Amino acid sequence: MDNTLDLHFTVDGSDFTLAGETSSKVKKTLNQLGFNPAVVRRVAIAMYEGEINMVIHANGGTIDVQISPERIVAYLRDTGPGIPDVEKAMQEGYSTATNKVRELGFGAGMGLPNMKKYTDEMEIETTVGEGTTVKLVINVQQA
Amino acid sequence: MYWHSVTLDRDACKGCTNCLKHCPTQAIRIQNGKAKILKERCIDCGECIRVCPYHAKKAVTDGFEILDRFRHKVALVAPTYCSQFSKAENIDLMLTALKKIGFDDVFEVARGAEAASRKTRELLESGELLKPTISSACPAVVKLIAVRFPNLINNIIPLRSPMELAAEQARREAREKTGLKDEEIGIIFISPCAAKATEIKSSLTVQQSQVDGAISIKDAYLKIAHEINKIPEAEIEHLSVSGREGILWATSGGEAAASGVERQVAVDGIHNVIKLLEDIEDGKLNDIDYVEALACTGGCVGGPLAAENNFVAESRLKRLCKGLPYEGAPQDGGIDPFWDRPLVYRPVMNLDQDIQKAMLKIVQLEEIYERLPKLDCGSCGSPTCRALAEDIVRGYAQETDCIFKLRERITELARGMIDLDAAIKNPAKPDEE
Repeated sequence: MDNTLDLHFTVDGSDFTLAGETSSKVKKTLNQLGFNPAVVRRVAIAMYEGEINMVIHANGGTIDVQISPERIVAYLRDTGPGIPDVEKAMQEGYSTATNKVRELGFGAGMGLPNMKKYTDEMEIETTVGEGTTVKLVINVQQA
Repeated sequence: MYWHSVTLDRDACKGCTNCLKHCPTQAIRIQNGKAKILKERCIDCGECIRVCPYHAKKAVTDGFEILDRFRHKVALVAPTYCSQFSKAENIDLMLTALKKIGFDDVFEVARGAEAASRKTRELLESGELLKPTISSACPAVVKLIAVRFPNLINNIIPLRSPMELAAEQARREAREKTGLKDEEIGIIFISPCAAKATEIKSSLTVQQSQVDGAISIKDAYLKIAHEINKIPEAEIEHLSVSGREGILWATSGGEAAASGVERQVAVDGIHNVIKLLEDIEDGKLNDIDYVEALACTGGCVGGPLAAENNFVAESRLKRLCKGLPYEGAPQDGGIDPFWDRPLVYRPVMNLDQDIQKAMLKIVQLEEIYERLPKLDCGSCGSPTCRALAEDIVRGYAQETDCIFKLRERITELARGMIDLDAAIKNPAKPDEE
């Protein structure tokens, strides 16, 4: 497709305080493009949750975002431990985060459920020991 | 369209980069050696007024001649006012001084703040507000949200400012006292704040301000300082009626403390405010119910039109509160505390009305940005290299505005000249054979 804008980011897994930087950059770009604030918010929250997951569980990874006037698609790829039971991970409150992470105010088990809540489509491809790719789709409803 | 009170004294401006680098909304550019304010982006926070070493940035406020327009003049006194003077603790003296410099009466804005606190507590208890609820007290923050954080507009508590609430009450009392018509009564705000001066002329949330004008504390300072030493004890009137709840709104944390909720946060300084609002936008502040956000460091005592060091002012304010009751005179009988104009999103960051075109521009923007030195020196007149790239795609600037790019071009040209010169001196020998 020639009318998409492709953005590529590397998420650093070594510095926890940097988690959220990518979603914040994407948010800024979407604002510059003039997307409806409600759409920007959904993308920002879903991506932020995903980015945090990549840092907490998978030591970082890459994020690719494809932006078109009709939809925003994000691929969050990591080579982390994978998700053994996706169905369980999708339940609100289910978390495998360590106590250390919880002390930082994360790991409440709302990451994936929130990502689902704020997107129109979400696909998870995961293999234990190899990694996870999450595809997020947010459709832009024209007012 | 956008009226704002921060302006430039062109003669005083040297075209340096101090204001450029400090502006939180990237609303300043340097063009032809002078600063230029992009009016749709300016939120009147006053950062540039504070940092300008040449005092070229000013806020438009009224002079004392505005008093001549009215038969009955009421000074609407910001709680910051007393804290500017060493005799702050003698509130009655400080208020009487205003009556010596041309006002007929005084009315403390702290009374409006008390009314706003009462309403805030009531609304927070009702559970109807979006959490975290953001205070509407600071007009610069409200404007910031309107241009940069559209998703947070509905989190703002839709209350008129303490200044407006106090002004309406002041007018009402003046009418009863004097029997004069509304237009004969002048309600003049004594202001530490540039954004409040704007709010009076063109508020985003109030259709018609109850305030007739604003005189800056800086401008009133000397007149008052002269008066307070001359007033005999017997002439000091008992004018102080507000309690410490309202007065402490002038310092960071005062309003949040009065909100009555435990899970509160008070943030001051516009750059800190932006950081916090970004966190709220990302859904990170789930354990907070109320946010007090003030653009100036220390709160209103740190206002760009205040005269005293904000830390000293805060200390005095806390001291003068010691002898006061928590709540002062009750008011707000029949005054509508709510906005009468909904706050709307004012997009200023988008590159084009058309998303498709904006996408092309962003690709260009990234390409240009890659070529720039990323020093963010500001010499080109844009605050950062990225902002320059943005200005280029918007058509307001060109790549050679960057002095490093210009240098590269000059080197290239110079090399070309040397090559040409060499070619002239050693023309290729024609083939003799």
